[in-house]
Amino acid sequence: MAKQSVLIPVFVFAGIIVLLWFGFQLSDPHLLPSQKLNDPVPDFELPNLMQADQTLTAVDLTGEVSLLNVWATWCPSCIAEHGELTRIFETTGLRIIGVNYNDDSKAARAWLKRWGDPYAFHIVDESGTLAIDLGVYGAPETFVVDADGVIRYRHVGVVTQKVFEETLTPLIQNLKDAS
Amino acid sequence: MIVELGHFCVVIACLLAFLQVVLPSIGLKQNSLQLMASASSLAYGVFVFTLLGFLALIYAFLMDDFSVAYVASHSNTRLPLQFKVSALWSAHEGSFLLWTLVMSIWTMMVARFSAPLTTDMRARVLICLAALGFGFYLFLLLTSNPFERALPFFPAEGADLNPLLQDFGLIVHPPLLYMGYVGLSVPFAFAIASLWGNTLDVSWARWSRPWTNLAWAFLTMGITLGSWWAYYELGWGGWWFWDAVENASFVPWLIATALIHSLAATEKRGVFKSWTVLLAIFGFSFSLLGAFLVRSGVLTSVHAFAVDPERGAAILMFLVPVIGGSLLLYSARAWDLRSRVSFKRSGRESFILGNNVLLTVSAAVVLLGTLYPLGYEALTGGDKISIGPPYFNAVFVPLMLVLMALMILSHRSRWWATERSLLTAGQGVFSVIAGVAAIGLSVAMGPIKLWIVGVAWLAMMIVLNLGYELYRRVRLKSNPVRRLLSQPLAVYAMVLGHAGIAVTALGIVTTVMMSEEADLYMAPGDRAELGAFDVRFYGTKNVEGPNYVADRGRVEVLREGEVIATLYPEKRRYLASQSIMTEADIHVRSLGDIYVALGEPLENGAWAVRVHIKPLVRFIWFGGVLIALGGVLSIFDRRYRVPMLRSSKQGTLAPSVEAAHG
Amino acid sequence: MSGRWVLAVALLWCLSAPGLAAIEAQAFPDETVKARYYDLIATLRCPQCLNTNLAGSDAMIAQNLRATVLRLLIEGKSDAEVERFMFERYGDFILYEPRWTAKTWLLWLGPLGLALIGLSVWWSMSASSRKTRHGLSESDRASLKRLIDR
Repeated sequence: MAKQSVLIPVFVFAGIIVLLWFGFQLSDPHLLPSQKLNDPVPDFELPNLMQADQTLTAVDLTGEVSLLNVWATWCPSCIAEHGELTRIFETTGLRIIGVNYNDDSKAARAWLKRWGDPYAFHIVDESGTLAIDLGVYGAPETFVVDADGVIRYRHVGVVTQKVFEETLTPLIQNLKDAS
Repeated sequence: MIVELGHFCVVIACLLAFLQVVLPSIGLKQNSLQLMASASSLAYGVFVFTLLGFLALIYAFLMDDFSVAYVASHSNTRLPLQFKVSALWSAHEGSFLLWTLVMSIWTMMVARFSAPLTTDMRARVLICLAALGFGFYLFLLLTSNPFERALPFFPAEGADLNPLLQDFGLIVHPPLLYMGYVGLSVPFAFAIASLWGNTLDVSWARWSRPWTNLAWAFLTMGITLGSWWAYYELGWGGWWFWDAVENASFVPWLIATALIHSLAATEKRGVFKSWTVLLAIFGFSFSLLGAFLVRSGVLTSVHAFAVDPERGAAILMFLVPVIGGSLLLYSARAWDLRSRVSFKRSGRESFILGNNVLLTVSAAVVLLGTLYPLGYEALTGGDKISIGPPYFNAVFVPLMLVLMALMILSHRSRWWATERSLLTAGQGVFSVIAGVAAIGLSVAMGPIKLWIVGVAWLAMMIVLNLGYELYRRVRLKSNPVRRLLSQPLAVYAMVLGHAGIAVTALGIVTTVMMSEEADLYMAPGDRAELGAFDVRFYGTKNVEGPNYVADRGRVEVLREGEVIATLYPEKRRYLASQSIMTEADIHVRSLGDIYVALGEPLENGAWAVRVHIKPLVRFIWFGGVLIALGGVLSIFDRRYRVPMLRSSKQGTLAPSVEAAHG
Repeated sequence: MSGRWVLAVALLWCLSAPGLAAIEAQAFPDETVKARYYDLIATLRCPQCLNTNLAGSDAMIAQNLRATVLRLLIEGKSDAEVERFMFERYGDFILYEPRWTAKTWLLWLGPLGLALIGLSVWWSMSASSRKTRHGLSESDRASLKRLIDR
């Protein structure tokens, strides 16, 4: 055994400390990276909230850059987010598509009546199948979908003005320029 | 006012701890016995002022003083009295105050029972403890002050204690666990003091042993109670999840377990000296690391404290000098500690070395699995990975099986070398007896399982070999019973500890292999069959508790048509927080638990009801209690008791008492 | 979920996060599916929770995923296919048993390596020089004698 071996514990400890130092720099442990980035929105056939006889599919998400916003009436922060989504729609005219997740459609319509409806349309995802295919794990979550229907970004949690202006706007601009 | 006084008392305790570092250090430098001795009196002062601070916070809880931010967020006027007290340590700030109190208790105990040490050694040990304490007080006062007022706008009613914590478990689990965590600072301080004073001889090991055993016993008890608490409180019938916080307590336990064994070898034979010192340093380092990680939020855990990431920096600032400094000191001195002692592969030293290797590797493996996600995320730039029970079971269980196998033979071993005949005598017969018993057990539990047979065989072999060792010690004596009773307590401590391992292992394997669970749809009057039992549901009725309302179900458990138990699981809604809690009810039988919990109410008075059959699950904790008892028993062994008692009579009766013991 | 992340609720090491044990009466086509279902929900992690499996959480997403697991099993998917399904949507995070990849080999082989190191340490130390029968050095003996004689 070499004399230097007594230094092994010091190195082990230093390694652990470096690891922890990285650990402290890491972001929110709640944020999962999306598995669906740069994949097309998964196929689905689900009704339209406002026109129950109309079936929506992934094709309906193509054509222009949009925000795909997963929301529900049981989600309190969705109310907080709603004002910002309304503002975004009113100031930029960006197409916002709702996914009404695990919800009661009647309650959802009442909710929209009360808070206003900046969405182009809402996909009714009563049993959460589309949400699971999207890798959604809570509400609200917001996806940026390009004109070809490909997912380019996911934001978990409330879209605030700061998030929209600092993160989403440049991204959307790039996508618009590219197409 | 009382609260401010309490705060002030903790500030004084902090200053006294500072003095307790400085004065005796000067004493060491100037060779002033008086200054060195001040360390012990200051230890009492630190304890008294910490206790006063602690009592002041209890007072604030009892008086529902919601102007104190910590009280307001963790108590409520309707909270039952005992929980108002235990709410004190229900979250970060208060529990850290408890931590400092426990630290001051250990320091005081060391001051009290270490008189026979040389004055300078004693001063060094107390300086180390006081320095740790000082760091804790600074951390408490600067980053986590539980006395802070929320003035001028404070709530009229408190936010209430998290209902999960409104339980007996909270009253006993944290104090015991902290006694264990913090108690490991004592062998740590002994090790550092010896390295510092270059006085690392065998008496160091002898002095460390009782403290280590006691701290380890507390840690064992704390973990055992935590597991039991999780089992009955969380409603999913689990008792261990390899969660980061569980691992944070388990890694120091594994290291401390290695330490108590290597200390024995060091004391008796002078072997492994430098290794033992390293274990003493690592034991406490990992208890610090674990306990602090829980509070930094760097590891994702179900048990995490509400955290503030900025606290992380303060934590590292504390950990790096304490642990890094100790390890550097170690590396400077360790080379000279190499023992020139040898032993044969069949000697007891060899078994203890095997034990240490296995336990250290296990600890490293648990640590690897716990920290790997951090490294993974750092290196991949944000990808997340989960490492859970399937991984830990796969890598940890084999190590433990080898350890158990080693334990069987270790009881026969002798220092330096063991004759082959001694190791093997009677093992054939024992193997057959253990095999028959193991198969019998498995068959009694249901369809035969190889895992149960295997582990039960190991457990039986351990117990049989323990019995044989006791028998061998008395067989040739004229009065075996008397001889048995006069065996050193240390022997019985070892027997209890090892038998406890066998019992726990038996409980684990049986519970894991044979548990049955069913989530049932049950309308009032419905019956369901699970294993050998029938379960009948009689609906629920409303009941009111002190601070909650509940639906209380009535469930009868039948076996062969006879009602053997009536259980009352509850679904509670706590009024202050409006949170819903499942309160399981458990029928405890010698061969296993029947565990019933209410799920969601369904239509027409029907409920989702979860029923678990958990065979031998109690063995897991019963074994843990045996292990802890072994640890406690060992410190009453005459060899330790004599010098300790002597210290209580120091000065006064010294000559005659010393003569009596000489 | 603001920029500063505040970890949930609870303390110490005995608390489950938002959801408590999930208890729901599922209808299983047969005992095998039931057993496989319980195994799977025990080894899949709830993506929203701090550190609980699907079985132990009442979170909305855990309920949905449990239902999905059962649906997939009833559709005749194998356990590996169910895990694949979950992995494609939620990544490595959802699997409590880490996959064997270029980034996890150290995790899986590390314990083996440590065990081998341990074994070699034991082997070399217990076989090394057998010169002295007695372990205590002269100074050890002296100090022990002092201790006993005091």
